[in-house]
Amino acid sequence: MATVLEPTATPAPVVVDPGVLKRPKNPTGVWSWMTTVDHKRIGILYGVTAFVFFLLGGIEALLIRLQLAQPNGTVLSADAYNQVFTMHGTTMIFLVVMPMSAAFFNYLVPLQIGARDVAFPRLNAFSYWTFLLGGIFIYSSFIFGGAPNGGWFGYAPNTSITYSPGHNIDYWVIGLLILGIASTVGAVNLIVTMLNMRAPGMTLMRMPIFTWMTLISSFLILFAMPVITVALFLLMFDRSFGSNFFNAEAGGNPVLWQHLFWLFGHPEVYILILPAMGMVSEIMPVFARKPLFGYPVMVISAVAIGFMGWGVWVHHMFAVGLGPVAVSAFSISTMFIAVPTGVKIFNWIGTLWGGSLKFTTPMLFAVGFVAMFTIGGLSGVTHAVSPHDRQQTDTYYVVAHFHYVLFGGALFGIMGGIYYWWPKIFGWLLDDRLGKLNFWTWLIGFNLAFAPMHLIGLQGMPRRIYTYDDDLGLNALNMMSTVGAFVIALSTLVFLYNVWLSRKRHVAAGPDPWDARTLEWATASPPPDYNFAEVPIVHSVDELWHRKYTEDEDGRLVRLAAKGEAAQQTAAEVERAAGHGDHATEHDDDHGHGIHLPSPSYYPLVAAVGIMVLGYGMVYGRDAGVNYLLAGLGALILFVALYAWGMEPSAEPEEPEDGSTAESPRPDVPALAGADAPGALGTGVAPNGEDAAGRTDAEGA
Amino acid sequence: MATTPAALSTPDISAPTEHGHVTNTGLSNEKLAMWAFLGSECLLFGALISTYFLYRGKSLSGPTPEEIYDIPYTSVSSFVLLMSSLTMVLALAAIQRADYRRLRVWLMATALLGASFIAGQVYEFTSFIREGLTIKTNLFGSSFFVLTGFHGVHVTLGIIMLLSLWNLSLRGKLTQDRTEVVEIAGLYWHFVDVVWIIIFTVIYLIPI
Repeated sequence: MATVLEPTATPAPVVVDPGVLKRPKNPTGVWSWMTTVDHKRIGILYGVTAFVFFLLGGIEALLIRLQLAQPNGTVLSADAYNQVFTMHGTTMIFLVVMPMSAAFFNYLVPLQIGARDVAFPRLNAFSYWTFLLGGIFIYSSFIFGGAPNGGWFGYAPNTSITYSPGHNIDYWVIGLLILGIASTVGAVNLIVTMLNMRAPGMTLMRMPIFTWMTLISSFLILFAMPVITVALFLLMFDRSFGSNFFNAEAGGNPVLWQHLFWLFGHPEVYILILPAMGMVSEIMPVFARKPLFGYPVMVISAVAIGFMGWGVWVHHMFAVGLGPVAVSAFSISTMFIAVPTGVKIFNWIGTLWGGSLKFTTPMLFAVGFVAMFTIGGLSGVTHAVSPHDRQQTDTYYVVAHFHYVLFGGALFGIMGGIYYWWPKIFGWLLDDRLGKLNFWTWLIGFNLAFAPMHLIGLQGMPRRIYTYDDDLGLNALNMMSTVGAFVIALSTLVFLYNVWLSRKRHVAAGPDPWDARTLEWATASPPPDYNFAEVPIVHSVDELWHRKYTEDEDGRLVRLAAKGEAAQQTAAEVERAAGHGDHATEHDDDHGHGIHLPSPSYYPLVAAVGIMVLGYGMVYGRDAGVNYLLAGLGALILFVALYAWGMEPSAEPEEPEDGSTAESPRPDVPALAGADAPGALGTGVAPNGEDAAGRTDAEGA
Repeated sequence: MATTPAALSTPDISAPTEHGHVTNTGLSNEKLAMWAFLGSECLLFGALISTYFLYRGKSLSGPTPEEIYDIPYTSVSSFVLLMSSLTMVLALAAIQRADYRRLRVWLMATALLGASFIAGQVYEFTSFIREGLTIKTNLFGSSFFVLTGFHGVHVTLGIIMLLSLWNLSLRGKLTQDRTEVVEIAGLYWHFVDVVWIIIFTVIYLIPI
């Protein structure tokens, strides 16, 4: 997609083919957020939205734990319990961990690779709006007659119309299809960004490790989403149009659902954990003040996980009765996949070993991640032993296991990432003492909540059952678990208080508060619209570190520049010190062109609204054929939006290059060296690509 | 830090493409995105075709494929679709030569061949329904209609894309410097054709 647009929302002098809606212009205010295509703003939107869903999913978790605090609980009815645990799982996976990772992908990847935006900025906005409206769509089911109640895995035929006649499951099916569109489009966008838009010199093996994990995660999303899409479509056809895919009476095979679901579901596990692994791998070297131990091995082991993740799905189905050959083969593959994961754990230990450790909040979360994830990994290996797995299937042992990898793993990593990148994103630091309180309550609450579940499960308490009897010996452990859940809730409040307090105190971070290693710290905090005034040239992994430090003959570190000094100046500073270029940058082009960024657009939001309307039409279509008109309306909105999008240039045309551009309407966006060189624009596409880009977006979406 | 020539000449620093764009891979963003999208589509059709395979011969009641398939008829419509790939290539060749009249001729020909295929599919569906096979009848009906229906929707989207290009060209907005737009639409079109070759082979031709 083309790039060539002003970072400001100043009126373009030449308006070509304005389309249905006028181009949004305001640089601030609600509409500027609704129409933004800036990857940083979209990243923030993703993060805030995912955090709100985290609070909702957390409230659902507290309801579950209140219900189970005592035997024969009466807080929730059986039906309400089914809805709450289904929505808890669906929320935490699809509306919290995935989009929280997407927030970091969006915010950090272009910064880490030295680009000015993602490859398709409007498509990026479309991913976000589709995700948000998809999430709202699923949650709206609470108002419209009942939330999904078939578990996050939605096993057919339990979810077929015979056993789930209400619209609960329709919301789940269509909602996940909508979220699948958001994820797939986002994955295509990020893959193209990472493969095509790295700064000069940044070979694949010089990419920051978080970017690598993003790349692998994105490929997993790209290939896993269509599989669940097919499963959901088959179920939708069964429910809405009377097909027989999961209808045993007509010979349909319910195991097909399980295969399709877990063929998606297991790569999904790595989609959830790899980004957190990437965050931890960025945090540890910074606070150990050592390079990441075995960077290439870290990359290769993650690639291995990415491939092997496709060959282990049957371990979710050991109790189905697929026969000894299938079970043995998948037992072995499941044990094997622990190897690259173990390699990573040893690499993290190797990173800490002999480092001068600074236990800041992000570091604590990172170390907590490794410890908790290892416990979860070990209980995972016990599932590879199929007789053992059979014993534990559908018990709380499984619940304990996946909370240790998804909460102890993914959420610890993400919290570490939040504390670590917060100063970059907002320009001020979160309080470290409150952060530590946050960490320790988080760690204690987490273990209190989930460690007893191993025992509860081994004693035979089944999952997804809304109550248990008094005389089973499960009372004390369940109460302990509930207390733990409330400690986590308290810890979350500490985090929110920390945000509030730190915002009030406003301790300015500067570009590089942690003395960090990667390129996102080589620009201002928060970064200017255009990220880098001068596109950096990359010579090594840990590019920024090598601009700050070198080694003497004895291998001791020698400082070249104070932290923050190696960061590049903003455009305004460059202009003030005109003519200076300290470090490697591209000087190869003429001066005198502003940086052009993609223009904001209404159409991604309109297209996402179209998809949402289409979704409601599909949910209610089977009640009365006339409701399909609503689906038709949604499809029409979508089509018109995509067409208008295709006709709208990604970037408003440049001002004529006759010298009048010298008067940039915004003082901090002066002419910049090299900005117009194709290579210098991270998003480098020649101006003639604009329309073409827009069109292709629409088609690709 | 000094700029070292070695760093600048690293092969991974993009070579300019024919349009003068600079990307790391040498492919434009749009083309790479289409390839990634098509990779995703492979899994979509893979899962649908696997579903068809799983249920092949498992229907508990008729009609069965051998009772209902009209292979000569479907062969003709498959041939029509395959010929549309040829006209798509001719359209690309035309825009590369800046021969816009022939570009429009071949784009329209491709769209019409695709539309003929879709018309054939509509006729096939209605005749199957008349003979008593619907999506509800049996496993064969469910998996047949969903698989070929998904393919038909893909062809239809391709036709809309081709007609949009034709319209752009008519308005003089599809010129030689934007050859790649036609190329990318062609990638999609050829992919949909290749998928049909697989579907035709595995569901019509290979006997149970």
